[in-house]
Amino acid sequence: MAGSETQLTSGDGRSVSRREPGGGLAVALWATLRRDLLLLMRRRSEVLNPLVFFALVITLFPIGISPDPQLLATIAPGLLWVAALLAALLSLDSLFRGDYDDGSLEQLLLTPQPLPMLALAKVTVHWLLTGLPLALMAPVLGIMLSLPAGSYLVLAFSLALGTASLSLIGAIGAALTVGLSRGGVLISLLVLPLYIPVLIFGAGAVQAAVVGDGAAAHLAILGALLALSLMLAPWAIAASLRISING
Amino acid sequence: MSLSLQARKLACERDDRCLFEDLDLDIRAGEIVRIEGPNGSGKTTLLKILSGQLADYQGELFWNGMAMRESRQAFLENLLYLGHAPGVKSALTPLENLTWYQALAGDNDNEAARLAALESVGLAGFEDVPAGQLSAGQQRRVALARLELTPRPLWVLDEPFTAIDRDGVAALEERIILHARSGGCVLVTTHHELRNTDELRRVHLGTGGQPHGGF
Repeated sequence: MAGSETQLTSGDGRSVSRREPGGGLAVALWATLRRDLLLLMRRRSEVLNPLVFFALVITLFPIGISPDPQLLATIAPGLLWVAALLAALLSLDSLFRGDYDDGSLEQLLLTPQPLPMLALAKVTVHWLLTGLPLALMAPVLGIMLSLPAGSYLVLAFSLALGTASLSLIGAIGAALTVGLSRGGVLISLLVLPLYIPVLIFGAGAVQAAVVGDGAAAHLAILGALLALSLMLAPWAIAASLRISING
Repeated sequence: MSLSLQARKLACERDDRCLFEDLDLDIRAGEIVRIEGPNGSGKTTLLKILSGQLADYQGELFWNGMAMRESRQAFLENLLYLGHAPGVKSALTPLENLTWYQALAGDNDNEAARLAALESVGLAGFEDVPAGQLSAGQQRRVALARLELTPRPLWVLDEPFTAIDRDGVAALEERIILHARSGGCVLVTTHHELRNTDELRRVHLGTGGQPHGGF
């Protein structure tokens, strides 16, 4: 640490004074978003895993069941949604794991910034790199399942809305199990029951679009579910993280 | 401005083992408090309680005379905690790591300050090397750079000397003493023998958790 003396004196004036609580939330949120995006960009395999899983499952189904377009079109909405849901679930375990292991999670908990907001930033990154790509990929895989052309937009939109709720709800499970060495299975058990409403209305929206009914009602409920999870999940995630760190 | 952290009748139990009880602590500006004790005597647990991370304790904590539960926000604003794990992301460069910590502290983006902080811990020239390729000691130094980057009056340092070389240890010790002399306070656990100065006080946690007196 040569040359440290000169640096020290400059910092002293500030170090003695007591600080009053102040702003900086926007700065902290933006930095957390950027950092997590950068981290995942450096470890692309973690981003690609759920997408590859999604593509593999969907490609295998026509081979395993039957290439009959009629049959495939019937099961396509549910199939696409279930596969996307499982793919999103797969990626959850790593949401807080890395931060927990290297100690940055305790630093996150010790900032004067509100933890629910910081947790929301982390979940946003998870959705941007898992849910959103899944939603954009789904129409392409829908072609493979001979999904009628008119329902692609509804499929992508319902997945984008739904996976946002899935990320938020799943993050509660991830936060609760981050202190356990093998929390993967436990997350699924904790979180799957809460995923079911999203699955029902998500697949329902696509089904309605296939049949030709309006999908608006289903999408509205998906939106309502998202609004509800946006309102409650950040606080639940923050509380769960505190419990995990306490343990 | 003065600052004080007080603990009254602090007690903590872990896995049916009493780590310490009836612990009274009084930490004021200008002091270095070294928590000592054998492995497993609850040093890290005590630091976590005093830094507001663990809620699982009995007793009262006061920050500047106010109960900790009510003044948590003000307390966190003044705290710099360096834990056992350095909190350094191996996939990010030291500069990127510090960017996050700077923003997390609520400070505006200031690259010159980050570079200066890295230089002060002897990491000049390593700014853009992924932290994963640095040695354990260098990663610890990245974490220590936060002492310069985001100055806070209260330092809580858990084994800060781990993996640091001899010159680094001496410089860090100097830095800790200087911080106390300029009005800050430092809570530290370490197995390294700290130089005896007027500022230094020791708190001993015993085996089995019985404290052998405070001061």
